[in-house]
Amino acid sequence: MNQKVMQKRKWQSTLFLLIIIAVTYLSAVITNFNFVDGLAAFPAAIGWIISNLLITQESLERLPTILEKLNETVFMSIAATTTAAVISIFLGLMGSKTTSLNGILSVVARFIAAVSRNIPVVAWALILLLSFGQNSVTGYLALFVGTVGFLTRAFIESIDEASQSSVEALTATGATYFHIVNKAVIPQCLPQMISWILFMIETNIRSATLVGILTGTGIGYTFDMYYKSMNYNAVALVTFSIVIAVIIIELISNYIRKVIL
Amino acid sequence: MVERVCTFFWAYSSFYKWKGEAIMSLLQVVGLGKSYDTETKVLENVNFDIEAGEFVSIIGPSGAGKSTLLRCINRMVTISEGNVLFDGANVGTLGKKQLRRLRTNIGMVFQHYNLVPRLTVIENVLHGRFGYKTTLQGVLGRFTEQEKKRAFYLLQKLGIEEHAYKRCDQLSGGQQQRVGIARALIQDPKLVLCDEPIASLDPNASKVIMDHLKSITSELGITCMVNLHQVEVAQQYSDRIIGLNQGKVVFDGSNHQLTDDRINRIYGTQTRELITV
Amino acid sequence: METITKPTYMKRKKDGSISLKSGSKSERVMRWTIILFILLTIVGFLFFDYTGLHLTTAITETAYNLKVMFLEPALNHFSWGEALYQIGITLGLAVLSTVLGAVIALFLSLMAATNLSKEWISKIVRIIVAFIRAVPTVLWVLIFAIAAGLGSEAAVLGMLFHSIAYLVKAFSEAFEEVDKGILEALRATGSNWWHVVMHGVLPSTFTYLLSWTFLRFEINFSVAVAMGAAAGAGGIGFELFMASGFYFDLSEVGFITYAILLIAIILEVLSTRLKKRYFPASVRH
Ligand SMILES: Nc1ncnc2c1ncn2[C@@H]1O[C@H](COP(=O)(O)OP(=O)(O)OP(=O)(O)O)[C@@H](O)[C@H]1O
Ligand SMILES: [Mg+2]
Repeated sequence: MNQKVMQKRKWQSTLFLLIIIAVTYLSAVITNFNFVDGLAAFPAAIGWIISNLLITQESLERLPTILEKLNETVFMSIAATTTAAVISIFLGLMGSKTTSLNGILSVVARFIAAVSRNIPVVAWALILLLSFGQNSVTGYLALFVGTVGFLTRAFIESIDEASQSSVEALTATGATYFHIVNKAVIPQCLPQMISWILFMIETNIRSATLVGILTGTGIGYTFDMYYKSMNYNAVALVTFSIVIAVIIIELISNYIRKVIL
Repeated sequence: MVERVCTFFWAYSSFYKWKGEAIMSLLQVVGLGKSYDTETKVLENVNFDIEAGEFVSIIGPSGAGKSTLLRCINRMVTISEGNVLFDGANVGTLGKKQLRRLRTNIGMVFQHYNLVPRLTVIENVLHGRFGYKTTLQGVLGRFTEQEKKRAFYLLQKLGIEEHAYKRCDQLSGGQQQRVGIARALIQDPKLVLCDEPIASLDPNASKVIMDHLKSITSELGITCMVNLHQVEVAQQYSDRIIGLNQGKVVFDGSNHQLTDDRINRIYGTQTRELITV
Repeated sequence: METITKPTYMKRKKDGSISLKSGSKSERVMRWTIILFILLTIVGFLFFDYTGLHLTTAITETAYNLKVMFLEPALNHFSWGEALYQIGITLGLAVLSTVLGAVIALFLSLMAATNLSKEWISKIVRIIVAFIRAVPTVLWVLIFAIAAGLGSEAAVLGMLFHSIAYLVKAFSEAFEEVDKGILEALRATGSNWWHVVMHGVLPSTFTYLLSWTFLRFEINFSVAVAMGAAAGAGGIGFELFMASGFYFDLSEVGFITYAILLIAIILEVLSTRLKKRYFPASVRH
């Protein structure tokens, strides 16, 4: 009996592995991916990075402009995340089973969230670019929409998880919906929510770079410009400034998380 | 046999009803039925009256409908059939505002305490006052000094005053349950419903909690209905015991009327042995 | 009114009223974080570059565009077969970077897990991973594209980097949660490191690793779309870029968006199922 189970397991694992290998092979064929080339490209690429992506005196002179653009991008990400968070709190309250006012609203909230997060930010950026033009607002809106979708789902989970029992208790004391949300649900979920917001700010700074390349704004545009003009020293500097910005923000959020969670 | 016993209890409860007409009972449950879905009846034709100042235990096997019964009384679940009359009001037909008023008059204590874990003890106690606040007052979080003092007084009474500024999730189960009781008491309720208040506690903490609940009735004159799993505890503390089985009242009488035979009938013989061990 | 015999535990605010908050550090940090968010947001809006923005026309135009996209989707510049092929490419890029990433991450995370590795090795791996994560994927792809030429190799390598970083974090955390007892028991029998990993660590974390990998696959799909659009890595993302930026064909943009949405939702439903099954508590970031 036991042996049979073991054998079945072994079969399953082998089958699973074979499927993965087949899918991977298929993917390589369809994308024209050559494993040998890929493998060979890697050390070559690293070598190229080390020898070409150097920060030189000349590129350092561009630092003020780069930092200005970086600033723009960071602030855009933060603004997009926080404003999205405000909307998401409402959608989250509507979408969660414990705090939802009625079934239809709940479905609507979940639907909005699902659509906005599953259409990639690039698609939003391209769509908005057509009418908003090349400026921060386009990028802001693209990030905003995607963030609303993501945060709403996260908030719904936090609310569902954290508050069912206290909502019941407060309802039983005769508290109104607003009392319950304001004095039990939000205080209980706030740390989790802040943590998600911080996570989204980090993510959005990286996405903002991508969006910037498409919409011609912020640090993404700066990168693209130097990249296209093959000024690799400046490219290196841009990359490093992004890395430093992201790491600083990560450190700050880790600290905040550690204290509040 | 079962029918005979049932008739007996019927007679018994109508005796109570008759008595109830003389002085209006605090709570009258008349022909109460409840089903969550169309098929199964969780409660069926439940009848009893409870006088002000009584300490009543409700016992019965898991799934008998004890929690459902308590939740029908403050309408945390909708009532499917029959009537619940509390202090003269028909609970089933109350409007939104009246329902709020009803709930402020009925405190509730839960097995898992149902506190907001991240908030301080004192904040959790004061949550019991929301029933008396307008939305605006509650949202702003304004409590009067008198309310705060009373919260402290209750905490002191319950022996956890020194934890007033701790977060609730830093307290032991027994301490959290005392916060839950304080939250119910600050409502100035006429009735406190306790849904298995000691099911998650060790024997020592259980005793503390039961003693406090008992004193609510004996000192403050507040009526208590307590769902319990332990028959011994029910017998020790209550004036009156109601036995539920599969949604029906199969026993309703004083604690010394609860003989082993009747306990067996409430729980079914086999399960009873499991419980006492 | 009953009186309190020992009001010693009561805290009072500056104005003499009884305080309800404990005044803990976490409360303070939370309040400051929120204030900071608000301030930064306001400053952010001031910093914005508003060149060429006409808000009212932009909004009405966008509304019109969205209407055309979502209500009149159509394929004009390529066939259904072509569309499927492009989706295949995007999925293929996601598969390759996820599978290769998972294999590499498995080894690296064994080095990063504090209970399986030396402290200094673990630290080094973590620092490298943090650095990799901080560089946006699109920059990796573009940088590799210079070095290796623009092709699927560059795209996969670029996407691989982030997948590795993400999975190393997830995997090593899973390894660190393995019951100490299991490891000790195996070590006590004289097993070497490989034995411990093969017979103790991997079997007990396997389902976790798989679900995390699938979660990453879900992310990689949208990353692959993005790389197609922003780095010219091909696939449906590139078609999206062409349709919106080159042909200005809103119906086609709509069609492609629907296709992406459909696949993304299928993947999300699958990964939510996996999550529910294997992560009873909530998923950490
Ligand atoms: N919200 C609900 N929806 C559907 N069915 C429910 C709900 N709550 C309870 N039930 C069902 O009603 C029946 C009685 O449940 P109830 O919780 O009242 O029993 P109980 O006597 O309190 O049991 P326990 O001692 O285990 O707490 C059970 O069969 C349960 O499955
Ligand atoms: Mg119950």
